[in-house]
Amino acid sequence: MSESNVSETNYSLPLPELSGLHKEFYDHCKNQALHFQRCDECETFRHVPREMCAKCGSWNWSWVPSSGRGRIFTWTVVERPMHAAFVDACPYAPVVIEMEEGVRLLSEVSDVAPGDLEIDMQVAIHYDDVTDEVTLPKFKRA
Amino acid sequence: MTDQACIIGIGQTDYCRKPGSGMTQLGIQLKAASAAIADAGLKGKDIDGIMPFPNLGNAEGFAANLGCENLRYASIIHMGGAAPVASLQAAAAAVNTGMAKYVLIPAGWNGYSGARVKQTVSQDTASLPGGAIARDFYLPFGLTVPPQWYSLIARRHMHEFGTTAEQLGCIALAMRKHAQLNENAVMCGKQMTIEDYLASPMLADPYRIFDCCIETDGAAAVVVTTLERARDLDRKPVIIMGAAAGQPYPADEITNREDIFKTGLTIAAPEAFASAGVTPADADFAMIYDCFTFEVLQQIEEAGFCKRGEGGAFVEDGRIELGGDLPINTHGGLLSEAHVLGMNHIVEATLQLRGEAGERQVADAEIGVVTGWGDFGDGSIAILRN
Repeated sequence: MSESNVSETNYSLPLPELSGLHKEFYDHCKNQALHFQRCDECETFRHVPREMCAKCGSWNWSWVPSSGRGRIFTWTVVERPMHAAFVDACPYAPVVIEMEEGVRLLSEVSDVAPGDLEIDMQVAIHYDDVTDEVTLPKFKRA
Repeated sequence: MTDQACIIGIGQTDYCRKPGSGMTQLGIQLKAASAAIADAGLKGKDIDGIMPFPNLGNAEGFAANLGCENLRYASIIHMGGAAPVASLQAAAAAVNTGMAKYVLIPAGWNGYSGARVKQTVSQDTASLPGGAIARDFYLPFGLTVPPQWYSLIARRHMHEFGTTAEQLGCIALAMRKHAQLNENAVMCGKQMTIEDYLASPMLADPYRIFDCCIETDGAAAVVVTTLERARDLDRKPVIIMGAAAGQPYPADEITNREDIFKTGLTIAAPEAFASAGVTPADADFAMIYDCFTFEVLQQIEEAGFCKRGEGGAFVEDGRIELGGDLPINTHGGLLSEAHVLGMNHIVEATLQLRGEAGERQVADAEIGVVTGWGDFGDGSIAILRN
């Protein structure tokens, strides 16, 4: 049994369902390349994935590579678990990252303790292969 | 709708935690509904419109138990905790246009003895606002329940405007103080000091346990009709001067809002005040949906009681307590009376405007505001008068 299989067996946190546009988003993560949708007409980036551009109404869009850089917009520190899967994870901090492309992404900053987070802290992407199928986009202090 | 529809009946059950209501989710709501119908001086067969709370019941079940054999109007507003007040707006429109004569709006649950929040909203992604978005982009990172969602906004407000924990504490303390004057409040008899508040454990920083509403068993209901029909009934009508509802944008995703503080209420409040022909300054009290302390502060701002950023100062110095400039949640609210999905806020506003609030009566109350807040920031507001 390879190490990644061991890791998959032990990973107990909720995973995204891989279907539709959400799967396309996570497939890019699996390829170590964070992408966001960008409208082909008005060039507005968007996240989460949407069928059409809410700004201009266009159905034409492309997956465009992200710089992978952003800054902390806000966060919370979960000190008491409200979900059975996260009991052992507390305390942990879901963090909203404002990316250079303008979109915001909920993630975590892996190398900063919850008590040391700061709004506007610069962060950069790293990829966490939590299972063979799913790679989560996470961040480290830049 | 201005001044044509009214609340003519109210009902509520006992509110409790242990040992639980001993009733089913439908049963406890039927008890409140029966009380509201009787309070209006009506019979079940008079009710021809029912607006249940989303995911907590269906009109058919209410009608079959209450004997509503002439049901003509049944609908559900899917706005979470904003639904009861948004339903007031829809019920007013329904009675004014003749779609129904008497609309029953019930809400209630066994929020303590039944399934708790951490067993429902965090486990059943279909019940989450945003559905698949929350499942695929929030849950993997452990953002699972309302206090965590909203604390993201609270922290940003603290950062931009300097709002403090002590100011959030003022809100928790005001609700707790009011609950001491309300025997049906679950926190009646349990005083709280600012030291108690600050010492309460963090749940989702910046939210402490005492920033959060309580989980309780209970139900409440109101009956809405036209002012013209109300004249044939004995009960003093409480007039719906104006009401409106709105959604944040996007409503299904909480992190990508250009203006993170703009919620449904930001859109709804000016519309409701305009249609009522009054301003926030005319309100003698407000019942603000208090799922968490910061949501009270935010709604005070977005409803226009003060400017954005000034909410922290607004809630200090007893200003929102009985005897202050704008008493808020004189029953104790979701924080200290019971979590009855905001229907208890409508009941309390009605009691105040009838002059039946007893020890906690706001002197000479003539105009009151009641708000609702739900899902990822859906908002609703009604302006009421006697």
